[in-house]
Amino acid sequence: MWQALYDNLEQTVAVILFGIGFTILLLQRNLIRKIIGLNIMSTATYLFLASMGYIEGRKAPIVTDGVTDLAAYINPIPAGLVLTGIVVSVSFTGIMLALTVRLYRRYRTLDIDQIALLAKGEDMA
Amino acid sequence: MTLARNFPFFSILVCLVGSVVTSVLKPRAAKALTIIIAGVVLVLSAFTLRYALALESAEPFMMGHFPAPWGNELRIGRLEALMATGISAVLFITLVAGFYHMPAFVSEKKLGLYCIMVDLAMCAILVMLYTNDLFTAYVFIEIMTIASCALVIVRQNGHTLVAATRYMIMNLLASGLVLLGISMLYGITGHLLMEPLGRAVRHIVETGQYMEPLTVVIALITAGLAIKSAMFPFHAWAPDTYAFAPPMSSAILSGLIGKAYIFLLIKFFYRVIGLDVIVGTNVDSVLFVCGVSGMLMGSVLAISQRDIRRMVAYSSVSQIGYIYMGLGMGTEAGVAAALFQMLAHAAAKSLLFLSTNELVSVSGDRKRFHYLHGAGYRNPVAGVVFTVSAMSLVGIPFTGGFIAKLNLATAGMPMGGWMRALVLIALAISTLLNAVYYLHTVVSLYRRAPAEIDYPPSHRVPRHAAAALVISMLLTVYLGLGSGPIMRVIEAGLKMFA
Repeated sequence: MWQALYDNLEQTVAVILFGIGFTILLLQRNLIRKIIGLNIMSTATYLFLASMGYIEGRKAPIVTDGVTDLAAYINPIPAGLVLTGIVVSVSFTGIMLALTVRLYRRYRTLDIDQIALLAKGEDMA
Repeated sequence: MTLARNFPFFSILVCLVGSVVTSVLKPRAAKALTIIIAGVVLVLSAFTLRYALALESAEPFMMGHFPAPWGNELRIGRLEALMATGISAVLFITLVAGFYHMPAFVSEKKLGLYCIMVDLAMCAILVMLYTNDLFTAYVFIEIMTIASCALVIVRQNGHTLVAATRYMIMNLLASGLVLLGISMLYGITGHLLMEPLGRAVRHIVETGQYMEPLTVVIALITAGLAIKSAMFPFHAWAPDTYAFAPPMSSAILSGLIGKAYIFLLIKFFYRVIGLDVIVGTNVDSVLFVCGVSGMLMGSVLAISQRDIRRMVAYSSVSQIGYIYMGLGMGTEAGVAAALFQMLAHAAAKSLLFLSTNELVSVSGDRKRFHYLHGAGYRNPVAGVVFTVSAMSLVGIPFTGGFIAKLNLATAGMPMGGWMRALVLIALAISTLLNAVYYLHTVVSLYRRAPAEIDYPPSHRVPRHAAAALVISMLLTVYLGLGSGPIMRVIEAGLKMFA
């Protein structure tokens, strides 16, 4: 089993990173740390996809020297997926940061639990 | 009628173009345009349904110039068309009935932006119903996530911001799981289009070579979509989000957006993995247990609420539990029952959120039950509508909810010993619990109002909103009385779904 994990080193690392990012996003109370976790998580997925799409010794599928043999090129789809994913995660990071700014202006703290308590207190007043 | 095969694509395009155009319009025009677009989508979906009813088997619709294993596809079948028609009908009614009290929650300037998000959500729902490509589905899951969070965030209130942040975080976790699942699936099969994926998965199952990764993929994608649709142990975000969002947003979120995720999950189970493989990996049993516990716990939590909107929100958790119980049975009858429950719940729940808002606003925006006494007299239309939709969710005969529960019970009958017992007992207890809190609410709506509270002068519900509410109420009753043809469409649709 260790050999299999070592042979797929990139994927193993990607899944571990995904777990780290996921845990940070889920458990950290600080909103900025949550956003960092979100970015680690999505980047891990891109590493996973990119490493799957790469075959050693082959090139990006752009025909330059007239080589049309399929064996000379890699599959471009994973790279396309990574691009789409990056766009998505940029917009998510943007929205989360905007929300964080708004919450910080209102409550002067980044701790989500404390913010929830303050919001509840507002209701009582 | 060959023009009709383009209609799913047209309806998606109309929403997308609409969302762009809306961004440069004045709020009033944006509002009108959004309602018109919803109407157009409803008409197009109805024609698609008519076209699909004549089809022998589901029909792929090529997007762009590349054929099956490479290009992107939509797919038109009876089930997709039926769900699209049902959902767009509910959406249209919700928009007509709900827009007039939006100014109480959103500043006039932001209303145009709100309309963009409604259009985008509508577009994402349609794509998730029709698409035949897993990665397209992922992209539109994300668009839906952004749109649905924005629908909540528009209300500038501390509670709403906190609820929206929580909702966003849960959604992001779920999106991460889905994306990792899709990447792994692509890694072991090399396809993203659903039919080639399905063939590759069958090959994997036959040879047994990549069985462990496949199980992980199923778990990841199921968990992701379950979190997004508020299945029981992952429901924590739902009550606050539904209770503090503007009521029209809650209606759209709970009634429609959650359903699109579940529909995608059913599509994944049927078309990509195959129901027999799902049963083999026991994922269905997990969903079954979660569904049953959601049915019971959602209702118990709803009873303990003192705020009517939180009660309605918790009842959503319980109703979603019914859907997952049907899915978890792992039989065709169970899935068909779940699909019918999706329609019945979509119709009843959006109605319930809107009429609750009417009732609360005639009681001076106080949501405690004590203040709601007599609200049924102060706003008769909302009172009747609330009563009927509550009856549907409890499962009183002549409403959609009754047929849904009947179908679930019938689907549970042929199951093995303990599962059959569990289905029937859970249905009975859950119905009883539903009755406790809904009937209690209905009774308090028609109690005499306490004299010491002074209520705001009653305002008239605009005629078009009242008409929309009544039509939607009739829809719920129609689902109860005319369920035969709908069930036949669902069953025939499921046959051509795989």
